[in-house]
Amino acid sequence: MSMPFYVPPEQQMKDRADYARRNIARGRPVIVLAYDNGIAFVAENASRSLHKISEIYDRMAFGAAGRYNEFENLRVAGVRYADLRGYSYDRSDVTARGLANAYAQILGNVFTQDSKPMEVELAVAEVGATPEQDQIYRLTYDGSVADEQGFVVMGGQADTISSGMQERWRPGLTLSAALTLAVEMLGRDSTNGADRALTPDRLEVAVLDRARPRRAFRRLGGQLLEALLAPDDPTTDVPSSDDSRPGAHDTLTGEQAPPSPVNPVPQAGDPVSTEPDQEPGHPGNDAGGAGA
Amino acid sequence: MTADPFREGRLPEAFFAPGNSSFTDFLAAHAEHLLPGRNLPAGAVMPELPHSTTIVAATFDGGVVMGGDRRATMGNYIAHREMEKVYPADDYSAVGISGTVGPAIEMVRLFQVELEHYEKIEGTLMSLEGKANRLATMLRGNLPLAMQGLAVVPLYAGYDLDRNVGRIFSYDVSGARYEEHGYHSTGSGSLFAKGSLKKRWRPGLTADETVGVVLESLQDAADDDSATGGSDVGRRIYPVLVVVTAQGYRRLSQDETEAAFQAVVARNAEGGSAR
Repeated sequence: MSMPFYVPPEQQMKDRADYARRNIARGRPVIVLAYDNGIAFVAENASRSLHKISEIYDRMAFGAAGRYNEFENLRVAGVRYADLRGYSYDRSDVTARGLANAYAQILGNVFTQDSKPMEVELAVAEVGATPEQDQIYRLTYDGSVADEQGFVVMGGQADTISSGMQERWRPGLTLSAALTLAVEMLGRDSTNGADRALTPDRLEVAVLDRARPRRAFRRLGGQLLEALLAPDDPTTDVPSSDDSRPGAHDTLTGEQAPPSPVNPVPQAGDPVSTEPDQEPGHPGNDAGGAGA
Repeated sequence: MTADPFREGRLPEAFFAPGNSSFTDFLAAHAEHLLPGRNLPAGAVMPELPHSTTIVAATFDGGVVMGGDRRATMGNYIAHREMEKVYPADDYSAVGISGTVGPAIEMVRLFQVELEHYEKIEGTLMSLEGKANRLATMLRGNLPLAMQGLAVVPLYAGYDLDRNVGRIFSYDVSGARYEEHGYHSTGSGSLFAKGSLKKRWRPGLTADETVGVVLESLQDAADDDSATGGSDVGRRIYPVLVVVTAQGYRRLSQDETEAAFQAVVARNAEGGSAR
């Protein structure tokens, strides 16, 4: 009968941690950062359908770096956790802290008990009524949770980008300033020194917009994202109304659909207008045309 | 080392089951006690329970209007005079409930979560047909309760984004789904409401005209059915009226409903018809 070699627990944990860290560092980075009217998520992702950033609940979203199948599984579990909690209690009883704790338990248990740790890093963010009430949690492969102030960087070159963010990020940035900063940081390459300029089509960007009444999560794309990233464009924040195009309203592109003959939308003008909605403000809690 | 990496985690396995985007199925697997429609003990005698009554829906070019009165009755008592019976199921559909209030509200709540859950997990909207079928499945789950007297009969209406029309679906307690063309009504006052709609509704009405027709049919139902509440001008309690179009679900505000009500009153005072 063969005896397994004795491996000291320190060594065992270190091997697992090294394994997870190495594989996470191979992925593209993801940045979550607070801005004056919400929380922004920015990732380099050429895919339009395999998301690294997703909605979890009304005021909560999720960003992940690492192995897709593992964090997708965690995302679905998070949506189920949040919907179950909201259904059995009330929508206001679903909190990012609760979800972060649940994730920490899973990651921690897998790290200590399974043959292989999860090769993922997660951020769970909840937008509050004021910037002070915003919450951003960072979860790592071993189940440790950190309550971060302002921003979280995950994935490859996280340390380099983090120190850059430390210098440049400050509270109260506008959305366009925050996105410009994040995109510049994502393009930073410490390995060969040459910075890359990331174009909007290689980016996955989403926000939790404080001013939206219930579901705060919106992906950003199209002209709106280009306008927010352009240095000479006056657009500084997302418009308060969703795209008028019928269908899912999870993405803001700033494009206007032709006015409908039934319920004309007041601001819908030229159907081929290339001008994005340049209304940066959020006048009160306007539910985007929905009557009380 | 276990075969399942999540067995030792804090969340049970059902949270990680792949390939399922239904919240109802998830509840059935993980938290069955939260599903509506659990069996009552055999031979249980139901006490008098609040019932909600008349729901009306009518289509127009580009959408659909749904309205519901505000009265809940308990035998010959009025249990509640400002009940809401029409709810948004999601951005593009409305569900109205008639029947026993308790299980009906629970069903609507679950239906709302079901649709949003699917939307989040799949990243797309469910088709209107799909949504109508999900509601039928839920209703079928309520059949044991219905047989013991806790029947729920919803009316479902929405804007079909694939066909660009408003559509109406009615149900019976066994979960059968019927697509209705033009208009439909359920609940105790539905006979009178349907009679009213039959004469006043026609294809080609505008959204505003359809709102007027729906409101008037509810008035007619309240006229002849004691369980349907009319407009209460003194307390400013009017039927709930919603319009679903390509722009989404929109509930008419108090002022808009009041104006629509005044228009119906004025029309009838002139002796003219809704046309």
